[in-house]
Amino acid sequence: MTRAEVFEKLNEVFREVFDDEDIVVSDATTANDIEAWDSLMHITLVSEVEDAFDIHFEMKDVTKMKNVGEMADKILEMM
Amino acid sequence: MLKELEYPFDSKYIIGKKVMLRKLLRGDGSKRIKKNIAILGGSTTNDIKLCIELFLLNQGIDPEFYESEYNQYYQDAMFPPEELVRFKPDVIYIFTTNRNITKYPQMTDTDDSVGRMIDAEYGKYKNIWENLSRTFHCPIIQNNFEMPVYRLLGNKDVEDYHGKRNFLQKLNSKFYEYAQTNSHFYICDLEFIAADYGLSEWHDLNYWYMYKYAMNLYAIPSLSFNIANIIKSIFGKNKKGYVLDLDNTLWGGVIGDDGVDNIEIGPEEAVGQAYLEFQQYLKEQTHLGIILNVDSKNDEENAIAGLNHPNGVLKPGDMIVIKANWEPKDRNLCSIADELTLLPESLVFVDDNPAERHIVTEQLPGVSAPEIGSVQNYIQILDHSGFFETTVISEDDTNRNRMYKENVQRAQQQAKFDDYNDYLLSLDMRGTIKSFENVLMSRIAQLTNKSNQFNLTTKRYTREEIEEVAANQDYIDLYGRLEDRFGDNGVVSVVIGKQIGNIVDIELWIMSCRVLKRNMEFAMMDELINQCTKRGILKVIGHYYPTAKNAMVKDFYSLHGFEKVDEDDTGNTKWEINVANYIPKNNVINVNGGNE
Repeated sequence: MTRAEVFEKLNEVFREVFDDEDIVVSDATTANDIEAWDSLMHITLVSEVEDAFDIHFEMKDVTKMKNVGEMADKILEMM
Repeated sequence: MLKELEYPFDSKYIIGKKVMLRKLLRGDGSKRIKKNIAILGGSTTNDIKLCIELFLLNQGIDPEFYESEYNQYYQDAMFPPEELVRFKPDVIYIFTTNRNITKYPQMTDTDDSVGRMIDAEYGKYKNIWENLSRTFHCPIIQNNFEMPVYRLLGNKDVEDYHGKRNFLQKLNSKFYEYAQTNSHFYICDLEFIAADYGLSEWHDLNYWYMYKYAMNLYAIPSLSFNIANIIKSIFGKNKKGYVLDLDNTLWGGVIGDDGVDNIEIGPEEAVGQAYLEFQQYLKEQTHLGIILNVDSKNDEENAIAGLNHPNGVLKPGDMIVIKANWEPKDRNLCSIADELTLLPESLVFVDDNPAERHIVTEQLPGVSAPEIGSVQNYIQILDHSGFFETTVISEDDTNRNRMYKENVQRAQQQAKFDDYNDYLLSLDMRGTIKSFENVLMSRIAQLTNKSNQFNLTTKRYTREEIEEVAANQDYIDLYGRLEDRFGDNGVVSVVIGKQIGNIVDIELWIMSCRVLKRNMEFAMMDELINQCTKRGILKVIGHYYPTAKNAMVKDFYSLHGFEKVDEDDTGNTKWEINVANYIPKNNVINVNGGNE
């Protein structure tokens, strides 16, 4: 899977979880950019991303990811 | 109603789509009863709350939540913050898990010291329940403890007093003893829910370490569904009975084609045994007051022959109404509901055929037609659906089947008379109309939550509120029980009026549809006016607040001689009568053993 494909899939997950068809995520996207993305929705988001890519993040990685770009890097690394 | 939120549901779908599902339900324009729910948590509860909300919205309840700060259940319960007091919860859910156990036995502990630890832990919870109960007078739901993820002592962990499993089970037993003696207190059986989900999956520790969730995120829909079932049961939203198909539902095979000798039912072979156990499960449910009816595409003769099969346990006499014909099933279901004076949506349609289920749910929105799978799944799916979640076992529940059957006999009796009044007289009716009595408080509260059609104000009461009304001299409170030659209908009507000076304002007037057209409402009004006269009341005021279901009592007060004095643009009406002008109307029910 290419990085672009990962982003495409991530975008889909974000749109489903936040029920917002207008979301477009980029490398720099953080929780500050999406209103409904609070620490509690983050739990659902991470779980749904794991499910979509059939991976499990390490706990230490989840706490380190700073933006969607880093999340995508981690996903590519694990696939 | 959203199929996605009925059992068996897809937990992953619900967690992933909860925002969308919430919008969909909140935007569907349906009328729901509002309830305030306080969640006092010992770990993260956010998604539990969100999922409870989805399931309750789907059951016709619109919840508002108070959620304690992280792990503040004890502080909130013992020293309720102003916000919680103002919130006035209708129900409190204490979400604690084995993560909240402060002290487990050590290998150095003795039997006695472990006993003291159990008492101390139990004492903490008992204080919580008693304080909440005193402060809020509302039902309390408490989790029992789920079993831990590991067993230090292996298989011995469950029987040795040093074992955590042994410890938690003893503590759970203490909780159950409390539940048995406190009627407003309900256990949420977390232990079962976790075991049913799969204990290892349940305890996905990532969710604990990362987010302080005491269980796997994807287990939350199962948990929340269970809690929503308890809540909807407390507020009278349980279903009342089944409408059952016959061929391949109660027995294997098609009786019209195969003949009664060849249907599969009974212990001799696998398929027949599965159907037999399903029949036994349904039969057991009738003892809880859940009623059974038949809706089958068959000649009636064949249907009866199948039910009389010597290997079966469900007999024609276990069914209240049997519709075996070639009419569309949704139409049969409607006429069954009519004969029982129930709403179609209070019945669960059980049919192995997806096409029939589809027709019924399309034609009759609100009727549940669960996807029951194959015969080996029937019990599990119906059971887990929680249609009849039992929160109170009242005498009336256990007698309900008998009462519905007596109603069918009454209908036959009626057919013998040309004059309706003669029929009523022939029933030899005896009424008891008195102030609320202690043993009846649960039933009275239950009735205020269950009655939708013959209900003038649709005001709901908890048991605690009913007790308060009974204790307060400013209220005239009456219950009505009706017996006749065919049997005892139990408590069927409740009236609450508030005295303000020399006026009484009727806040609640309900009657069970079981006793429609028996003049019980006239007997109740006669007694209310009688009590008013004794208190020196001059005027009685009544209200009618229209809902989707109570059109049948729109003209209730007019029939009783009241004058309409007000009507607003939503159709709410206000009525008055001078006590001196009231003319008694009951001449068919002998009330409180008098005027024989």
